[in-house]
Amino acid sequence: MIYLDANASEALRPEARRAMLDALDRVGNPASVHGAGRATRKMLEDAREAIASRFGGRAADLVFTSGGTEADALAIHGLGAGRRVIVGATEHDAILASAPGAAILPVDRAGVADLAALDRLLADGPPALVCLMFANNETGTLQPVVEAATLCRRHGALLHVDAVQAAGRVPVSLAATGSHALALSSHKLGGPAGAGALLLAPELASIAPLMPGGGQERGRRGGTPPVAAIAGFAAAAGCAVESNADRLGPLRDAIERAALAEGAVVCGAGPARLANTSCLALPGVRADAQVIALDLAGFAVSAGAACSSGKIGASHVLTAMGLGTLAAQAIRVSLPWNVAEGDVRAFIAAYRDMAARLRPMLASDAA
Amino acid sequence: MTEKPRIYLDNQATTRCDPRVLAAMLPWFVEEYGNPHSVEHAMGRRAEEAVEAARAEVAALLGAEPREIVFTSGATESNNIAIKGAARFVRGRDDARRRIVTVATEHKCVLESVGDLAAEGFEPVFLPVNSDGLLDPDQLREALRTPTLLVSIMTVNNEIGTVQDIPALAAIARQEGALFHTDAAQAAGKIPLDATGWGVDLLSLSGHKVYGPKGVGALFVRRRPRVRLAPLFSGGGQERGLRSGTLPAPLIVGLGEACRIARTEMAEEAGRLTVLRERLLSGLVAAIPGVRVNGSMRARISGNLNLTFPGATAAELMERAPELCLSTGSACSSAEIEPSYVLRALGLPDSEAARTLRLGIGRFTSAADVDQAVASLAAAHARTPVSADA
Repeated sequence: MIYLDANASEALRPEARRAMLDALDRVGNPASVHGAGRATRKMLEDAREAIASRFGGRAADLVFTSGGTEADALAIHGLGAGRRVIVGATEHDAILASAPGAAILPVDRAGVADLAALDRLLADGPPALVCLMFANNETGTLQPVVEAATLCRRHGALLHVDAVQAAGRVPVSLAATGSHALALSSHKLGGPAGAGALLLAPELASIAPLMPGGGQERGRRGGTPPVAAIAGFAAAAGCAVESNADRLGPLRDAIERAALAEGAVVCGAGPARLANTSCLALPGVRADAQVIALDLAGFAVSAGAACSSGKIGASHVLTAMGLGTLAAQAIRVSLPWNVAEGDVRAFIAAYRDMAARLRPMLASDAA
Repeated sequence: MTEKPRIYLDNQATTRCDPRVLAAMLPWFVEEYGNPHSVEHAMGRRAEEAVEAARAEVAALLGAEPREIVFTSGATESNNIAIKGAARFVRGRDDARRRIVTVATEHKCVLESVGDLAAEGFEPVFLPVNSDGLLDPDQLREALRTPTLLVSIMTVNNEIGTVQDIPALAAIARQEGALFHTDAAQAAGKIPLDATGWGVDLLSLSGHKVYGPKGVGALFVRRRPRVRLAPLFSGGGQERGLRSGTLPAPLIVGLGEACRIARTEMAEEAGRLTVLRERLLSGLVAAIPGVRVNGSMRARISGNLNLTFPGATAAELMERAPELCLSTGSACSSAEIEPSYVLRALGLPDSEAARTLRLGIGRFTSAADVDQAVASLAAAHARTPVSADA
């Protein structure tokens, strides 16, 4: 099986594996005061320092969570209290479901948020919390978060950025973007699943917990932290270098050239996007049929976000981009950090084969 | 001063990840990193199968059906979902009940979850316990004279190891039409659990208290009759909408293996720990006359002792026996020097609570460890000048 579904879960990095193994061999609750507890606590705090500084924040302002979804939920719970919420139309379900009454910020056909619309939404009403993702999980489209942060600050609004897909793939910095919060996930940057973080601006760091408990994380998140997963998270964050995009970009482009030749449409092409991600719609062929055919050929890709895998339907991301029926005909190919060139060549051959087989079948169905 | 080898006697704070658990998890960290929700491809499906096999193991330990198990990040999250989820679901319905009953000696995350709900219009009630740490069932009956939404009572206390009679307490709650939740984080793998037979509606479990990894836990949610909950947070709709977020497949595989080991080895392990604890207690009583046990010795898990020492504070003993990893109370708050609220609820004055240590022995504690712990504590005690307080 060749794995091209990194946006669902990145391939684990060996550095993360080593850090986790070391952590799993230890005993001790990081909240305990004895020697074993203190050693675990040091590991936890070293990880906090490493991840916070890696993404432009301070250790004291980083809250560890169980993952990106909880980090997003904590941001909306903690920063959204008493504010109206505005969310980008193509946000992850973790944001959309946490803010059911939110105003929707539209995107253009390439998936980029409409900043003029944001300006109008912010001007019209009480102080807001805006949620805008750094990079989209289905198309890789990068959002203008720096400009959005400037607008938000001008209007007294807060900006929460879901950087789950962007972190480790493009430069991500809380301070440099001027945003108020960043959500991060370990398993999307080559660490293990089960850990994530919310990095907060210093003035907002004493956030109300979603899940109180024994007072851990300075009262901002109860529960014994997943120390081993966090150690792996920190190690992965340290070695996920953005320069890897220089290697992945040309491989992704090769896939897209081949797909275009088969009549595919690249969704979200044009503006800046993640170098590892390609969202390929094959007009007239249902996404699930494409994914099943590729799965049988030994390639792991997906139709949209993993959380909604198994549900058949149009992607809300592509629908928001105005792609109509193509929204149910697109697959996501996302290259893991360690993808081999040979795997990409093999995928191109399999894609051609799949497209050739499914398109005539469709034509005969229609006849 | 030469560093003595560390002896870990804090198995109620956390446990060492069993090497068999580690071995079971490793492939899922390293080669099989597929997202278990990516059921469209083979790697995702394999991860999903592993998650479901683990779910069956967890269910078997708890006496439940696999589809009654929801995976979480740990017992704190399970307790938050159970308590807030049950309350918030009812609030949205035509139901006037607002009372939520719990016990003064619960884990902080239960006390805080129940307390938080006061701000949402619910009525928290915190019941006292007897001096042995056990709840008098009549106290519960009395509290339930006001129509009650939910009762939350932990199976085993994290500081004093006492075991509440959950089947009897759950029956009282059911008779009065209240839902019953139990935090079984400290009970799993220590005493047999039977969520179905006990008649509880909700039951919480933690991975790292049963020799599994940190960062994973589970919540049993009864299906017949079905218990309805509002999620704590939403997202991709995983775990039937009750708990969104990518399931950490390796951690879940570890939890499943930890539960399998607990189920198959519990009886033998409890017997071994009972013998070891007796050795620890009789050794300490002989070496330090006047040592006293807090909490019922009859209704107690075999790995726990909670001891008040004469003439020396817990801090003094810990400082003089740094090779022993033990604690004054629950780990989450052990950085605070506040007296334990659990001991206060038992009626201990603060001066005695300050002379109290929790000793938790476990799967990897040997008889030699116990003997060394007795010698270390006896020496530490002998070197402590008698304080005015004693």
